[in-house]
Amino acid sequence: MLKLGVPSKGRLMDKTFDWFGKRGVTLRKAGADREYSGTVEGIDGVELVLLSAGEIPRELAAGRIQLGVTGSDLVREKLSRWDSRVRQVTGMGFGGADLIIAVPQGWVDVDTLDDLDAAAAAFRDTHGHRMRIATKYHRLVREFLAREGVADYALVDSQGATEGTVRNETAEAIADITSTGETLRANGLKILSDALIHASQATLFRTPRRGWTNDQRDTFKRLEERLGL
Amino acid sequence: MTDPRAVTAYAEQVLRRFEDAGADRFDTDTLLPADILLDLYGEEIRARSYLTGDAARGELVLRPDFTVPLVQAHMARAGGEARYTYAGPVYRKQDSDPDRAAEFVQVGFEIMGAREPAEAEAEVFALLRAALDGLDLRAATGDIGVLRAAVTGLRTSRARQDALLRHLWRPRRFRALLDRFGGRTPVPPTRAALLAQTDPLAQAPVLSGKRTLAEIEARIAALRADAATPPISGEEIMLLDTILSLRASAPEALGRLRDIAVDLPAIGEAVTRMAARLDALDARGIDVDALDFEGSYGRTSLEYYDGFVFGFYAGSGDPQPVATGGRYDALTARLGDRAVPAVGGVIRPDLVVALKEAATC
Repeated sequence: MLKLGVPSKGRLMDKTFDWFGKRGVTLRKAGADREYSGTVEGIDGVELVLLSAGEIPRELAAGRIQLGVTGSDLVREKLSRWDSRVRQVTGMGFGGADLIIAVPQGWVDVDTLDDLDAAAAAFRDTHGHRMRIATKYHRLVREFLAREGVADYALVDSQGATEGTVRNETAEAIADITSTGETLRANGLKILSDALIHASQATLFRTPRRGWTNDQRDTFKRLEERLGL
Repeated sequence: MTDPRAVTAYAEQVLRRFEDAGADRFDTDTLLPADILLDLYGEEIRARSYLTGDAARGELVLRPDFTVPLVQAHMARAGGEARYTYAGPVYRKQDSDPDRAAEFVQVGFEIMGAREPAEAEAEVFALLRAALDGLDLRAATGDIGVLRAAVTGLRTSRARQDALLRHLWRPRRFRALLDRFGGRTPVPPTRAALLAQTDPLAQAPVLSGKRTLAEIEARIAALRADAATPPISGEEIMLLDTILSLRASAPEALGRLRDIAVDLPAIGEAVTRMAARLDALDARGIDVDALDFEGSYGRTSLEYYDGFVFGFYAGSGDPQPVATGGRYDALTARLGDRAVPAVGGVIRPDLVVALKEAATC
């Protein structure tokens, strides 16, 4: 059996079902709406597992599922050296969002990472603590800023309503996912022009084939053909 | 697989050797408060160390090295010259290379408050070399002090020197700054547009958050001052690049740095210190002709060393040094109320024993 992990609710689940449906593979939630099991029609040997999108990277890495649909941002954030642990089968063309850095619109002197870095140095001198960037994407943001050579910042954890942290003075800047930038603007924030950390989209991932049985390999070959990959 | 008993036995043997060299034994907790390390190194420390904590004590870190607690302990004492040694496990995350050990023993030797820097540096280096038991190792050395002096000697504004010094540890941003200060890359268009306005704050959106209008005004003033600063000359950048890319035997490197000092006199004092160090090493029986000097050595470690830096390596391919060390005067000033000359180094017994085992089989 090839286990396919799919987000268990919301638009991401609906769009994933649509994407597979258009390619002749019907995914369905079983029984009542609250039940997290499902059925697969149109191909034999594939089992549907409904999971939180945030848990799919971990389940793939642990080998408890062989295929999984989740945001490419989540795989990069949750798995160290992700590309040695899972393979990208295909981007699915929905769920697109950019992980960016945003600062208050009133910071007219800050538009680039170079500006952010200089402002952070001065901020630390003035306030006695590092410039705080609120985010839930700690690994991605830290690796990006280390690569770009930005110093004198600290990441503070924010699992929701991140855009509000600046106004509440629990952070000076944020690093978050945005698709249209509307919420950012409504909260008086603007996006840095050269700080696109990751352009995310819903993506079908798989585990490396070396741990698979022959049946799983055959099933995957048929699935690839059916999906037109 | 390395025999753990052999590692312990070798660590104890090195520790005794360091005690015989006049060092007091130092020990500290495995679980340390994280705030000092976070303040010193920022987010980098989260990528490199195991952070944990509880509601009462706040953030804690599994000891990433002995140096910070040792400096704190020394700074709390009356002062004077002191030698310390320690041995114990340290913990480092190896996210990007799971083949490397995350827990390993370090045996260290550190000298604080020594008046003759060259003598102290040679003492640490020679003692570690002797403790490495005649293994066939390549020694690489560098001097962050020469780099700092070179940047401070550039004929440009203090603000530009400070910006470059701040990023000595981040080669990519350092290069980007140098290119811009040298007029090699254009001013970013948004910055040019900002500076073209007489009053950039006239139409500014409402400000939110903790960074104040005065801070923004100060930065705009700094940007205007920078725009009015002439570019760093191509000759000076070439001199700096020559130092950064220098790779030669230590005596040869010293000769080249003396030549550079003719055009960049600011490095003169640091070069004199390097010469005194080589003399002191030679007097202790180190073959200085066999020492490699690399102008950029030590630039990608944590912001920690500020003078002589060194590492011992087995073969050419293995990136993990068997022993490392250097001078860290600036760290003492940040952890105490005064700057104390400080130099030291650590040995990795696990790597030494692995080399010995590989050599015998």
